[in-house]
Amino acid sequence: MFPYLRLGPFILPMASLALLAGLWLGLPLIEREAARLKINASMLSNIILYSLLAGLIGARAGYALEFSSTYLANPLSLLALTPTTLSPSMGLAVGLIAFVIFIQRKQLPLRQTLDAIAPGLALFMAFVGFAHILSGDAFGAPTNVPWAIRLWNEYRHPSQFYEIFIALTILLVIREGFPKPEGSGLNFLLTVALSSASRVFLESFRGDSVFWPGGFREAQVISIFMMALSFYWMRKWITLESA
Amino acid sequence: MTESNLPSRKKRWEILMLVSLAAAVLWTVVSRVPSAVGAPLSSSPSPREGFLAPDFTLDTLDGKKVTLSELRGEIVLINLWATWCPPCRAEMPALENAYEQYKDSGVVILGLNVTNQDSEKDIPLFVDEFGLTFPILLDRDGSVSALYQLRGLPTTYFVNREGIIRTVVVGGPMNETFIRSKIEALLQEIP
Repeated sequence: MFPYLRLGPFILPMASLALLAGLWLGLPLIEREAARLKINASMLSNIILYSLLAGLIGARAGYALEFSSTYLANPLSLLALTPTTLSPSMGLAVGLIAFVIFIQRKQLPLRQTLDAIAPGLALFMAFVGFAHILSGDAFGAPTNVPWAIRLWNEYRHPSQFYEIFIALTILLVIREGFPKPEGSGLNFLLTVALSSASRVFLESFRGDSVFWPGGFREAQVISIFMMALSFYWMRKWITLESA
Repeated sequence: MTESNLPSRKKRWEILMLVSLAAAVLWTVVSRVPSAVGAPLSSSPSPREGFLAPDFTLDTLDGKKVTLSELRGEIVLINLWATWCPPCRAEMPALENAYEQYKDSGVVILGLNVTNQDSEKDIPLFVDEFGLTFPILLDRDGSVSALYQLRGLPTTYFVNREGIIRTVVVGGPMNETFIRSKIEALLQEIP
């Protein structure tokens, strides 16, 4: 665990740097895949960056809306560089909406575009796991398995390493695993389905789950919904391919 | 792949999807933990979000003693600072304003001076300069800084009424809007 790097008066969160590294390495992978699928690679790269920016703005706006009276008293605080004043769900929603709008305006083919993103997304997920190792977040449940790691005063499942292993396996599977029609969108859906399925399984080894009434883990319930959604679209797009 | 193979291949995919989905639902039901609802992430205290804030007792600048666990039931901000630290100086007015605004709503701010890295005689001057009215704690031997695994100054812990850390902010300065939004979130928590 190495959460912060002190550089003079500045304290850099290492997890954020790992995510930037994931983006830096993931984007060329997306561009290469886009070129292979005959999509304008630099346009797609720009769309992803603009969508991330929109997501960031949406995340800050979502947080400010939640505490609107506080932010109305001092609107300039909207510009503060504080990562803990972001609403992740709002950021994700705004980023996705922006992405869809951008690719429609630029008339990029949806299914090919999604397939171009798939390998970069899987690689980025591995870097999310690496960011979690650095920050100590997404830690495992207490255990006495021989491969347990000591973190936060207890021996725990190395859930961050599980995350990386699964993300790299998914990357391997979508690149080499199943033969699929090129640019059919199935590669992207398979990435989402496999990531969701692995989250359902791995979440039970996590020590930081959010629980819903009845003891259900929030992440597992959302992941099942994502699995069902990707399976529905897979079924639909397989039918289109075979028509 | 021939045309005649397509329907059976599609059927196999559909069965695989249904089986995967059923397995995921089953695993979710089997692995649920009813006793974990609303509980802290661990019974052992640790200086991070979701854990009980490690307990300590320290002298205050005016010769009293403060024990964190005795403040259970109140929202507590623990701000680790030093007189020589520029971002600590920058965020002090915001902390004082927040304290003035919320002290009657059950919010306590503990200004925990990292005294083993500071000059004790400079502390009263600092307090006077900023007109601080919240309790100033003196960590003379650095034991609480070590307990909280201090990585940089300032560091602030937002602790809810049950003694669970909700937000950790390493570095600064925090602005008043940020502090108020975090306090408001803690006030909205149902005890």
